[in-house]
Amino acid sequence: MLHNRFGRLAAVALAGGALMGVAACGGGEEPTTSATPAGSTAPAGKGAKVGLAYDIGGRGDQSFNDAAAAGLDKAKSELGLADTKELDAGSGETEAAKEERLRLLAQGGFNPVIAIGFAYSGPLKKVAAEFPEVTFAIVDDAAATAPNISNLLFAEHEGSFLVGAAAALKTKKEHIGFVGGVQVPLIQKFQAGFVAGAKKVKADVQIDVKYLTQPPDFSGFSDPAKGKTAAEGMFDAGADVVYHAAGGSGGGVFEAAKAAKGLAIGVDSDQAKTASPAVRDVIVTSMIKKVDVAVFDFLKSFTSGSVKAGSTIYDLKAGGVDYSTTGGRVDDITSELDEYKQKIISGEITVPDKTS
Amino acid sequence: MSPAESRFADRLLGRVSPGGLLSLAAPVLAVVFAGLITSVVLLLTGAPPLETLVIMAEYGTQPRSIVLTLNYATTFYLSALAVAIGFRMNLFNIGVDGQYRLAALVAAAVGGALTLPAPLHVALIVCVAMLVGAGWAAIAGLLKVRRGVSEVISTIMLNAVATALGAWLLNRERLAVEVAGSNNIGTRPLGPSAQVPGLAIIPGTGSKVFGLIILAVAMGVLYHVLLNRTRFGFDLRATGRSEPAAVASGVDVKKMILIAMILSGAMAGLVGMPQLLGASYSYSLDFPTGLGFTGIAIALLGRNNPVGIAFGALLWAFLDTSSGILQLHDISPEIVMIMQGTIVLSVIVAYELVHRYRIAAGQRRVSRELAGGAPARPEGASA
Repeated sequence: MLHNRFGRLAAVALAGGALMGVAACGGGEEPTTSATPAGSTAPAGKGAKVGLAYDIGGRGDQSFNDAAAAGLDKAKSELGLADTKELDAGSGETEAAKEERLRLLAQGGFNPVIAIGFAYSGPLKKVAAEFPEVTFAIVDDAAATAPNISNLLFAEHEGSFLVGAAAALKTKKEHIGFVGGVQVPLIQKFQAGFVAGAKKVKADVQIDVKYLTQPPDFSGFSDPAKGKTAAEGMFDAGADVVYHAAGGSGGGVFEAAKAAKGLAIGVDSDQAKTASPAVRDVIVTSMIKKVDVAVFDFLKSFTSGSVKAGSTIYDLKAGGVDYSTTGGRVDDITSELDEYKQKIISGEITVPDKTS
Repeated sequence: MSPAESRFADRLLGRVSPGGLLSLAAPVLAVVFAGLITSVVLLLTGAPPLETLVIMAEYGTQPRSIVLTLNYATTFYLSALAVAIGFRMNLFNIGVDGQYRLAALVAAAVGGALTLPAPLHVALIVCVAMLVGAGWAAIAGLLKVRRGVSEVISTIMLNAVATALGAWLLNRERLAVEVAGSNNIGTRPLGPSAQVPGLAIIPGTGSKVFGLIILAVAMGVLYHVLLNRTRFGFDLRATGRSEPAAVASGVDVKKMILIAMILSGAMAGLVGMPQLLGASYSYSLDFPTGLGFTGIAIALLGRNNPVGIAFGALLWAFLDTSSGILQLHDISPEIVMIMQGTIVLSVIVAYELVHRYRIAAGQRRVSRELAGGAPARPEGASA
């Protein structure tokens, strides 16, 4: 059995050259997968087979991937999808592995196929060209463009501006903090918005910024202990409100806030509802990034045959990002926050999306 | 040194090998043993072992999968060779990971900033990568020679330093450029003159094997010749086996340590090249990581023998590739990591078992031959 497999491998490895020579006249068409490539012209509408390729962490990361999973689950129950398949990414894998994952889904007759995370950009561009009849979507990337790719983008900086303003309004020590998971351009977008929002309210507020890890170490998105240490440092240094954009590490930030009797701001989902119950009372508000809505909307438009290729931007105006009010801890400042929100929507305030 | 006197580390690193038919027994035993354990794990997780393996074999032997396997194996092979050079010298270069990442980043930046005629451009990038890898490894070598710092500790630390340095360099203000509309960030893409074309040697698929697979094969040959056919290789192996003996025969051990570390680092510098010059053409946030650690496992699996490592790399790559299909059949792909782990452990255990069996058999034979039939010593007395 394993021996057999090993034998096959050895045969492939050793006799490969000879075999290839003999078979070389066979021409180079693909695909040759046994997984029914012909079936990929699945009709749009009811009974769609949806394929979802996650970023590292996959379903269960209590953050970005889980939001996408929530959108899929909602679509499953409301749109009557025929079948869904969710594939996880491995850490440190090559682009070829991502490409193969998308290709397996497309070949397996899954249509539409949704890629979660910017790392799928290059691979998706290649695979989408190979399967023009399959509809693809990618979250957080605008670089992969094709007639059959929908780019689902978020204005994280706009949402972060609002929670930055909230932090500046709530701080009593004129000192706040930002904990980023991994120092990548995407998370710097959160930082830029947060800083801009806080400075808008109080120009001289002190803002500590700390990233948990540097790429290619992506553990900063999944290490609560690192989040706790970083946030403890900020509370010890005199901060009293800390915003995290650190995925699964955020749990540690909440714990540190609880211990220091400080406040924290959640990210991606309404964390006053999703975080561990013991720490929910320290969460002032959360910057909600509605990946679930984007995924659901995309599937819904696919079902109704109205998919739009190209960028769909989920910003404040579209309700794709927002601040949460669960717990009532921002009730006293909602009027100010909503005023800023209107100004951003009307274009009176332009929020920077890059750190200076 | 007779086998009976060898240390476990010698046997672990393949410096002492059982001869004859017994040398075949060990890998067979290992594969059977790993198969058994994997089957048990599969059964426990509720997946039928036989079907799982058939699914993997079917998917893994398709033309496209073979290309993927060969491509993975190319980088794995270079990484394992880098580790193996150190192993032969009794040096544990855990830092291959940091060495190749830093080397690939700097080489990608240099290559992206220049335009040269094709062969020169590629040669320059490869040379820069080897120099950076060698230089980074030399730090650990110097620390060991001058200050007696264990290379295990220093290379692990240097991995972390390489990560931090890489993150600092991969920045808009330094070596990186932004890709419009993308959240990725990477070095300036290499021009066509630095792109090594793939080889269409697998029929039935449009995807190509890394052109640098030839480099990997050449490095394997070079490794073999250098270690087994040169004075330098003899000195290196002698130092690895017994430092006092090497010193007595006039080998400058400190110099050997430094040179071995530098060679290991230079080889590590090549690890990222097939991916950089053959596929991604830029060092960005999603450049593959962790290849250095895979290399350690494969060097152990291949017992530092260039052919053994090639089989190890192919096996590992095959498992990595074919794991892609498992999720479509609702089988957890992590099962493959368990498989890879058990195979490495099995190989080590199997060689040790065969070794002990051989010593015990030898002792029984000797005691039978001795007049008066002195009682055989208990098994495993040497270990």
